[in-house]
Parts: sequence; C-alpha cells; structure tokens
Amino acid sequence: MKLIQGNEACALGAMQAGCRFFAGYPITPATEIMEWMARLLPPERGVFIQMEDEIAALAAVIGASWGGAKAMTATSGPGFSLMQENLGYAAMTETPCVIVDSQRGGPSTGLPTLPAQGDVMQARWGSHGDRAAIVLTASTVRDVYEVTVAAFNLSETYRLPVVLLLDAMLSHMRENVELPSLPVVSRRPPAGPGFQPFAGTEFQAFGDGAPFVVTGLAHAASGRPRASDGPNLDRMLRRSIARVETADDVIRYRGIGLEDAEHLIIAYGITARSAAGAVQLLRREGVRAGLLELQTLWPFPERLVRVLAEQVEDVVVAELNLGQLVLPVRAAVGGAAPVRHLGRADGMLFSPEEIAAAVRTTEDREVARA
Amino acid sequence: MPRVGEDLRQYLRIEAMPHVWCPGCGHGQVARALATALDRLALPLDQLVLVGGIGCSGRTPFYFNANAMHTTHGRALAFATGLKLTRPELTLITTMGDGDTAAIGGNHFIHACRRNIDLTAIVYNNGIYGMTGGQQAPTTPRGARTVTTPLGSLEPAFDIVQLALAAGATFVARSTTFDFDELPSLIVDAVRHPGFAVVEVLTQCPTYYGRLNALGDAVAMLDYERDLTLPQEAITKEGLAGKRPLGVFRREVAPEYTAQYAELCARQAERS
Repeated sequence: MKLIQGNEACALGAMQAGCRFFAGYPITPATEIMEWMARLLPPERGVFIQMEDEIAALAAVIGASWGGAKAMTATSGPGFSLMQENLGYAAMTETPCVIVDSQRGGPSTGLPTLPAQGDVMQARWGSHGDRAAIVLTASTVRDVYEVTVAAFNLSETYRLPVVLLLDAMLSHMRENVELPSLPVVSRRPPAGPGFQPFAGTEFQAFGDGAPFVVTGLAHAASGRPRASDGPNLDRMLRRSIARVETADDVIRYRGIGLEDAEHLIIAYGITARSAAGAVQLLRREGVRAGLLELQTLWPFPERLVRVLAEQVEDVVVAELNLGQLVLPVRAAVGGAAPVRHLGRADGMLFSPEEIAAAVRTTEDREVARA
Repeated sequence: MPRVGEDLRQYLRIEAMPHVWCPGCGHGQVARALATALDRLALPLDQLVLVGGIGCSGRTPFYFNANAMHTTHGRALAFATGLKLTRPELTLITTMGDGDTAAIGGNHFIHACRRNIDLTAIVYNNGIYGMTGGQQAPTTPRGARTVTTPLGSLEPAFDIVQLALAAGATFVARSTTFDFDELPSLIVDAVRHPGFAVVEVLTQCPTYYGRLNALGDAVAMLDYERDLTLPQEAITKEGLAGKRPLGVFRREVAPEYTAQYAELCARQAERS
C-alpha cells in the first residue's frame, strides 16, 4: 500500500507500461506528472526533456516514438489546445504515443486549479480532419495507474495517439493504493524485410532497417506522399477508424447496480465518484438507481449505452461541462428513454445529493405522468 | 568543389522525382550540395534521418534515399530533438525554410540553438513564402515586394545568423547558391560538428521573389546574391557596406545535450 497522488500514479503507470521518453511543458494541474518522470526516467536510461512549449513537447514525443521509444506527454487544457496540430500529425502518421490532459476549468486560462471535464469533445474532434481516436479516463488514483498502462497498451496495439483525460481533483487527490504489475503490450517489429510503415500495425523505428518515409501528407503504405490522392486517404482513414470502433478490447467501463436499475446514471472520471454516492443514497431510499461509469469515452460505447437505456425508465448524464458526452449518449439512446443532463462549469464537483436529486426529479416526473 | 559528372544517384530517391521545385529554384542546388556532402561524409543512409518542415525546402527529405520525416510547419527541430535524444547514434539533418525557421518555428529554433543538441539545421532562405505563392516572410528585406506587401515591406528582416549566434548555436555559417562550390564543405563541417549547427543558405526564388522585385531570371538572381553578400575574407576596414557576410561565424565545442544526458543517466544508475 502506498499513499500517492493521481499524478504520481500516472507517472508510475507510465513507467510500468514501458514509457521511456517524456517531453513536457509546465502547466497546472498536470505538472507533477512531469516532475515525477524527471526523476523516474534517468535511472532506467529513459529520456526526459522539458521543451519550449506544448507544441514542441508533442513533436518531440512523436520523434521519440519513431526512434522506438514508448513516449508520453502530459498537459492541461491550454497546452492540450496547442497540441491539437501534432495530435493530428500523430494520427496521420499512426504514431503510438500517450497524451495526458488533466482537465481544468476553461475556456482559455479559465480556472487553472479547479477541476472540469470540458475537454471531452476536444479530445475526440479537436484536430482538423477525420481520425480514429481512443480517449480514456479514470475516477480513482488506482484507476489512474491502471488506465495509464491501458493507454500505452492500446496505443501500441492500434498504433494511435491515445488521450488520457484526468482532472485537477483526481490529479492532486491522494489515496492508498496497491500498484500491481500489469500486462504490457510491446511494439510489434515487422515479420520480414521490406517494412511498409503504413500497411498495418507492425512498427519499425528509424535506424533499425531500410530507410523509409513518414509524412503528415496523405501517403501510400510505403510512406511516400500521395498528396492529391483523395480516395487513398479516405480508404486509410476508414480502415483506421474501423479498426478502433470494431475492437473488443477498447471499451472499458464499470457498473454499479445495473442488473435491476430503473434509473440509469452515466458518469465518468471524478464525477463517477459522486454518482456512485448518489446510487447509494437512492438505493437506501428504495429507488432502484444504477451507475454506468465509462472509462473509455471514445470510441463512444454506443451499443452498451443503448442496451442499458432500453432496460431503464430514464437516464441522467452527469459531467463537469455544459453538455458534451450527453450528445453521443442522446444519439445512442434515441427514443429508448428520456435523457436528462446535469452539468456545471464552475470548477466545483457534484455532491452525491445533487445527482440523487436529479434522479428523484426524473422519478417524480414519471410518477406525475402516471 | 563538386566533381564534374560525379554520380550522386545512390543518394537520391529517383522514384520520387520529378521534384516540386520550380525551374530555376535554388533548392535543387542546395539538395545537390547536400548529396555531395553525404558522399564526402560516407554516412550509411539507413542511419541518417532528414527531417523536413513544411514548405518548398521541407520537401527535400522525400528526394533522398535516407530516412525521411516530413513534419509540421516550423516544428522540424522539435521532432528531431525527440528522435535524436532517443537515438543519439543517428545523424539528423533538418531542412527548413526561412518562414519555417524564423516565423512559425522561431521558438523551436532559438531553443534548439540554446540546447546545443547534435543536429544540423540547413535553413533555405529565399526571403519569401514560395509554396503558398509569394507572401512576406520574416526574412523579406524592408521595401521588398511580395503578394502581401504589394507596396513594399515595412518590416526589417530577421538575420538568421545573428539570431542563431545570439541564441547560442555552436556552429553558425552562411552561404549562398551562388557560392555553390563551397556549400558542400560547409554542410560537411556542420554535420561533423558535435553540437547544434546552423547553415543558412541564401537561395533564389525566381518565380515569386525574382518576378515581384524585377530581379530577372535564376541566373540574374545568382548575380544578385553575389552582389548582396561579402565573403568574410573580403571584408575590408570599411566594413560590410550594407552587405551580408558569408562564411563560418562560430565553431565552438561546448557541452552537447545528448552526451550530457547520457552522463547524467550513468551517474543516476551508479547512485541507485
């Protein structure tokens, strides 16, 4: 057992996953991840570097990844905004890497020390153009450790930049945790000679074989640019998106009381803790509430949400923004159940009572209608 | 001096031709000088990574038989920094334009200079944005016409050599495509230099800069480059007389970043 902070758990998870390169730029509330990596990497002969800004931090991470290192950066909203350019580059070049965004109140400099969940849409749609995306989140210090390892594993399996969304509260919260050794996915070297960098999920670093080309332009499997071949790019994007959306190891979630729930609460990250408290309060009153805590936000688990919605009377989505994940929830639920949104952007968390009250309100409505 | 008829094809990715550069563009001369330099350096091409920015010059890596990383606008040095730190044994050369280096990538450039990491930055300076059609660059001389300064630029130009010197680069040189004979040896020296090396090459853009400023064709622009510059050894007591000096301005051995980092790791490993 160890009493550690969320940010420290993230750094320890990264080390356990085999991360050997970190580049970052200081920003509240993510900085401690960087501070820990500065201490943890050198004894393992890993590389730590503080770059001149977040654009450079992600650029260096991508460069390191093509040098063969598992690589990560960590930032918060303003830095995450700056990283969108190279996040798109990492997607286009199918570069495995992990980007941690400890969310704080926005927009702009916003509420630097207070938690938020306002980067959910940016993490999915922030960079220009279409791309495959995997976005994970966590609600406990122990989860941060485990989900960080999962982020690295998924980035290696699918050769994608994976975004891990934390928040100011979880980053700075301390909990007693066990940190087990977890399975780690290694980079898959090409089976034979003639490596085609964009033909599949095999990976070869620069210097480890025959020379090849990496570019942010649309390109062929060989990496050579095909800058005016639209149908080729369309095909590559569809393949990459489908690979993630049809995968069976990407969707992570946890349920409380889903078996007999009449009222479904959907929450994620720090808000899932308040929601778990709300389920307890409601159950004590005899209200059959259940919680779906999502750890994978993107690809959005449409089928899971749809199936659960069909079994309940109503759905409440609680999140620390003014309406982001509720949009794909509404699309997935369709007409299966009414969906109510509970959001805030004031840097405060929901109390369990606030979420319980929202569920009671929907229940009252049902009673009134009956 | 490049040998007449020397066969540099082994360094070039012939199947990637024709290149994107306009007839008369100086970038082909810089690429030729780079190929000659690689021939003299006798580097294994699989241990060489050419890292390009965005713009005409950023396309250079595609035409070489080495590893090529074509990055985002202005960021080539930041990508190269991460790669070099992970693989210090690889030789990395960045090809960036003047806007790439001094405008959108200015921050990355000065910090790469400051860190003294073992990379070679070849800066192709044609004083204009070529790929997007002739807009003002941070290196456009005051008064020069571009499509975004149709009445003449009001801004003073960046001096990339002075910028690199002030920011701490340990090898800093300037040449031109007119001085084509000397360019390969400057690149060889820059690549061999154990630290951050900057080679600024003044190169002609007859299509935009030449046309908009009535400087004539490529050959006339080479003469213009000759008249605009002065080799260091030709500088007299009267000074530069408004010309840009050429040559090597600094060649100093200072602690190199990847070497220092390796030492730091070794010290840490000993302690634990």
